[in-house]
Amino acid sequence: MQLTGAEIVIRCLQEEKVEHVFGYPGGSVLFIYDEFFKQDQIKHVLVRHEQGAVHAADAYSRSSNKVGVCMVTSGPGVTNAVTGIATAYMDSIPMVVITGQVPTAYIGQDAFQEADTVGITRPCVKHNFLVKDVKDLATTIKKAFYLAKTGRPGPVLVDIPKDITAQKCEFQYPKTIAMRSYNPVVKGHAGQIKKALQILLEAKRPIIYTGGGVILSDSAEQLTRLTRTLGFPITQTLMGLGGYPATDRQFLGMLGMHGTYEANMAMQDADVVLAIGARFDDRVIGNPNHFSQVTRKIIHVDIDPSSISKRVKVDVPIVGNVPDVLDEMLKQLEAADAKADSKALAAWWKEIEGWRSRNCLKYKQGKDVITPQYVVEKLYEVTGGDAFITSDVGQHQMFAAQFYKFDKPRRWINSGGLGTMGFGLPAAMGVRFANPKAPVACVTGEGSIQMCIQELSTCKQYRLPIKIINLNNGYLGMVRQWQEMFHGNRYSESYVDALPDFVKLAEAYGHVGMRIEKPADVEPALREAFTKHKSDLVFLDFIIDPKANVFPMVAAGKGLSEMILAEEL
Amino acid sequence: MRHIISILIENESGALSRVSGLFSARGYNIESLTVAPTEDASLSRMTIVSIGSDDIIEQITKQLNKLIDIVKVVDLSEAAHIERELMLVKVRATGKDREEMKRVADIFRGRIIDVTESSYVVELTGNTAKLDAFLDAIDRSLILETVRTGVCGIGRGDRILRV
Repeated sequence: MQLTGAEIVIRCLQEEKVEHVFGYPGGSVLFIYDEFFKQDQIKHVLVRHEQGAVHAADAYSRSSNKVGVCMVTSGPGVTNAVTGIATAYMDSIPMVVITGQVPTAYIGQDAFQEADTVGITRPCVKHNFLVKDVKDLATTIKKAFYLAKTGRPGPVLVDIPKDITAQKCEFQYPKTIAMRSYNPVVKGHAGQIKKALQILLEAKRPIIYTGGGVILSDSAEQLTRLTRTLGFPITQTLMGLGGYPATDRQFLGMLGMHGTYEANMAMQDADVVLAIGARFDDRVIGNPNHFSQVTRKIIHVDIDPSSISKRVKVDVPIVGNVPDVLDEMLKQLEAADAKADSKALAAWWKEIEGWRSRNCLKYKQGKDVITPQYVVEKLYEVTGGDAFITSDVGQHQMFAAQFYKFDKPRRWINSGGLGTMGFGLPAAMGVRFANPKAPVACVTGEGSIQMCIQELSTCKQYRLPIKIINLNNGYLGMVRQWQEMFHGNRYSESYVDALPDFVKLAEAYGHVGMRIEKPADVEPALREAFTKHKSDLVFLDFIIDPKANVFPMVAAGKGLSEMILAEEL
Repeated sequence: MRHIISILIENESGALSRVSGLFSARGYNIESLTVAPTEDASLSRMTIVSIGSDDIIEQITKQLNKLIDIVKVVDLSEAAHIERELMLVKVRATGKDREEMKRVADIFRGRIIDVTESSYVVELTGNTAKLDAFLDAIDRSLILETVRTGVCGIGRGDRILRV
């Protein structure tokens, strides 16, 4: 049957079982939007800014492991989407971005709303395509979905000129796709895995260190089994939280710049590191030269060979899909019937418990001023530790990561790699569409929330009962913290002198607003938000201690064990 | 260390900019880059000369392999290989310089492929060092214009790069 390009786009999305598309219409995608209108299988979610569409599609994927799909128009539609695409790229989120383009004959003519989309987005996508012939359209979309979700996932962009969406051709959706230039490795090398297990079983001071790869590949279950079988301590990156139950004794907390004392000390002092789906980035190991002063053996499991030996030299690289590698490890471990060195392990745990007893996250909640840590702890209690938590970027993000104990994967949704302020609210929308019954909270600050505040309007349109936990200290807190510590208390442009009345603002958008100024009111307000206002969006504006800082802290350029602790100040 | 990286890449528009963009985005160095379609018109062969430590070259090959359009990557300089570069040099050739220029071109097995009353164009192939040596051997003030293709290379014997 002959279909137009626009019909083909919709049919392809239907074939891929896409249920939600986040987007914003415009001139060059009008034919496609006309087809949205004529069907009801795919629900289109109209955002208020293209950045919001991409973040929502991204978080939809993060919280469900489906491919997120978004659609924007040419020119400014695309440039507005770039921040969202780069965010997804840095965190390896499978996403398909469909963009309109000016008609083929206009490309290169500086036409109205023309931008070199493929050129602009090239450095922040896994791959992108410009469709030049309607006959290639279906195959290209098939490829986009295939590329997005296989191998190391990532966003893939398909740029479609307007004339292509009007032209007709025979439609057939390819069942499978094969690309000679793209064959991601799945199974890890059995010999390498054997070698790794030998090293692990002989280890005296081992640590398991995992990242977003465990979450993205849905291998939390295997990781938990392996960690318990070995009896090793485990730590996780910001992106890895939820990959192992945070309430378990073997979990040392997050590591890195704002990681726990015990996690960072154990990582630095370990004689064997088993790294899984993590990439030793600058926020995790601090100064690589300081890190490599200690002799240790590193085993690194990752689907992307270029992540291995990029920042630190690895002894046993295992390229493969994390769950496949972990399955093989568990199998070999079972078959060998071998046990880890329990005597050495007991001594190691004793040392770790010593570090742990410093209780590095402790804080004081007085009677007068609310501390941000207290709010997150109460949020954890009120939601039973089982909500989806999105965050923006800054101090509140670190407090959320430190104090909300994630026992399950895909519950902690934040922009770890790019560090995008404005991510939290649209992300919460995406999470809610993917998990329509689940409680969703966005932990944010008065700086970040204003970067995509317009999405409050989208939340009204679709009745999304998100709870916004605004940790309002009047400062761009993390900037202020660095200025306090490294720039002689010169708070250059980090104090936001004119803030809106967030309660009225929430009400203006048709939501419920609350301002909480007393510590005693924190818990009741949260309870009210999650019970009485269960089906409303509630904007909880917590006026918090303007001087609260995030500790422990590894200053930029310092070694992982050179932490600044709260008590030292 | 100088490395010669050979790449087979899908012959699609934008493929070159994916490669050059990767080098600039990650701060890798490109000494030269050549590209042209192979006998199979759907594939292009690219040769990149880069200078970097072993760690950096390892990252470069891994990052190149990650590009979706790239079919194969090899570091030619890891084993026996041949490299060649083509240079065209336009020189002033008048009076006694005319004879001298012809002689030097002959010594380097160059060919004079364009002649006017006052100039020659000399065509020269060889490795980079040979082309440099030719430029050093002639009087610099006589050079009017030079153009070089950059290095292309191929493995010796049984080392074959194809799909």
